[in-house]
Amino acid sequence: MNPAGTPYRAFQSEGRLAGSRAGRILTLLALVYLAVVAAGFVAPGDPITQHRELVFAPPTRLHLIGPSGELHWRPFVYPLVLRPDTFDTYEEDRSRMYPVRLFVRGAPVRVAGLFTWDRRLVGTDSPTPLFLLGSDQYGRDLFARLLYGGQISLFAGLLGAALSLGVGVLLGGIAGFYGGWLDEIIMRAAELFLALPWLYLLFAVRMSLPLQIAPAQAFLLIVMVVGVVGWARPARLIRGAVLSARVRDYVLAARGAGASDPYLLRRHVLPQVVGIAATQAALLVPQYVLAEVTLSFFGLGVGEPVPSWGNMLSGLNRYHVLASYWWMFLPGIALIPVFLLYYALADALHQRATAFTP
Amino acid sequence: MRYLGRRLGHAVLLLAGVSILSFLFAELAPGDVFDEMRLDPRISEATLRAVRERYGLDQSLPQKYLRWLQSVGRGELGFSVVHNGPVGPLLWRRARNTLLLTVPATALAWLIAIPLGIWAAARKGQWPDRAGAAATTTLLSVPDILLALVCLLIAVRTGYFPTGGMVSLGFDELGAWDKVKDVVSHFFLPVTALLLVTLPVLVRHVRASLIEVLQAPFIQAARALGIPEHRLLFRDALRAAANPLISLLGLSIAALLSASLVIETVMSWPGLGPLLLEAVVARDLHLVVGAVTCSTLFLIGGSLLADALLFAADPRIRPGRA
Repeated sequence: MNPAGTPYRAFQSEGRLAGSRAGRILTLLALVYLAVVAAGFVAPGDPITQHRELVFAPPTRLHLIGPSGELHWRPFVYPLVLRPDTFDTYEEDRSRMYPVRLFVRGAPVRVAGLFTWDRRLVGTDSPTPLFLLGSDQYGRDLFARLLYGGQISLFAGLLGAALSLGVGVLLGGIAGFYGGWLDEIIMRAAELFLALPWLYLLFAVRMSLPLQIAPAQAFLLIVMVVGVVGWARPARLIRGAVLSARVRDYVLAARGAGASDPYLLRRHVLPQVVGIAATQAALLVPQYVLAEVTLSFFGLGVGEPVPSWGNMLSGLNRYHVLASYWWMFLPGIALIPVFLLYYALADALHQRATAFTP
Repeated sequence: MRYLGRRLGHAVLLLAGVSILSFLFAELAPGDVFDEMRLDPRISEATLRAVRERYGLDQSLPQKYLRWLQSVGRGELGFSVVHNGPVGPLLWRRARNTLLLTVPATALAWLIAIPLGIWAAARKGQWPDRAGAAATTTLLSVPDILLALVCLLIAVRTGYFPTGGMVSLGFDELGAWDKVKDVVSHFFLPVTALLLVTLPVLVRHVRASLIEVLQAPFIQAARALGIPEHRLLFRDALRAAANPLISLLGLSIAALLSASLVIETVMSWPGLGPLLLEAVVARDLHLVVGAVTCSTLFLIGGSLLADALLFAADPRIRPGRA
């Protein structure tokens, strides 16, 4: 990473390269979050409506070849009918075809909580709903639930990381910059929180809150719990960075020249910390998303009927669901690309931060 | 020895701190074990008050904590209202089961991670290294909950493995050899899931610390002297890289315990995880405090073990002898 004699320009271009990679990953992540926020427009159906005649329907198949072998340029679907004498096996009614259209008109929904719109990204005129990713035990649209659930799961991670990082930067900054007994107290407390395995601590903190709570409150509580539980690690990291920045020659020189504490913090210490904090954020979000998923999976987080990726997975607690309907795994599988993006982002941010400080 | 003694004292202080912390969280909790009784019209307010008094739930926080400490002194670790008995015996059995899962998983993970990491480090930048990096990154992104569920799916679909628990029905009648076979078939899938959770992190660390060592001048010198490459890697480089790896052993136990909680609960392994979850839902205060403190004990035990190993492996941290 630091071959002697490499000109500064080389580090600079390496950092810039990592920076543009971070930018590309951020764009992809932003697209995921955008799709989740605009769930009302992207999802063909809504996440709460139950279709009891279509429980555990498999993902709707989009066809291009018609019944007599002709090619259609516009994908189409067949309506589903229950096979007689079964409760979860469906057949396509090949006598009727319904083309899939873009920007169809549907029931008006709130999009992103900002405006009401009656257009959907995709839709059909078929009597059976368009289940792009199948339906669950109540015949609810899994694709819609995945998007609306992302609003809970992905944002709980994001807000939780923001909160715990905020607390961590504040406390770690104070501890590192002022030192003395403040440092001692804060770091001892951090040690206490780090002495507990993360999930055990999470459950212990969760115990201090009521068991049955409304979904909206549950969301806020999870964000708070995660913030309370997770402050110690970033605080420790930030303290180390501030401590090393505080005794740099140029900082001491500035202090000797009469610079005030706030000036030093803003001008000299903060820039050293930003890179570390950003990398840490990219690592914390997936951990906190998983915290929400775990809590909701075990029935201690966001409850029905509001979807979250955790409580959607809890349907798999029953063996027949686990064994028969693969699409019920999708909320868990959806976590993989999201986590991959975040880890790649952390990697790029780390490279960017270290490239400038050889 | 004084070094280890100091670490031990530190560990005891940490444990005390953790127990106070978990008591505080429990105190913040609205309601207690007897809350549901209030809904029953046949139970009068006076009875409830008497029951609360009997279990000491009406006392102040310091009083409760002192009572708990006393019972810790007796080895009972408090009283579980739901199980109607002392927490201690309940906890030890579950803790043993958790160790039965995590210790083989840790040992296996290290046994696999060290050769894999060395192999990747020796071929840094070549295709095996890149493929390994891609594999570990992907595996790192698979949530432990999904891994546990997939392992359960394998058990349900293939029928080769039991779908949960630790022993089969009629376990007591089995012979000694069949007993071992039965337990092994039960813990095969949970251990595999745990292994897959821990492995990517370990492989990455082994690789990183070995690459750092391989750049050192003494390796170049050894290579120039004609020392065979495999001996160089497995003896000289590995020994020099041991220091950060031993520290990692302590840290990896923390991650392992969290993953174990999820995997135990999903695959219904009777360890600490399901116990803690039930206790949280039932608001069984002493059981929660006990389980949380017990997990801290494991963690501290792990880092003490790492310290002792480090002490044995690295003369630099032995004060007075340097």
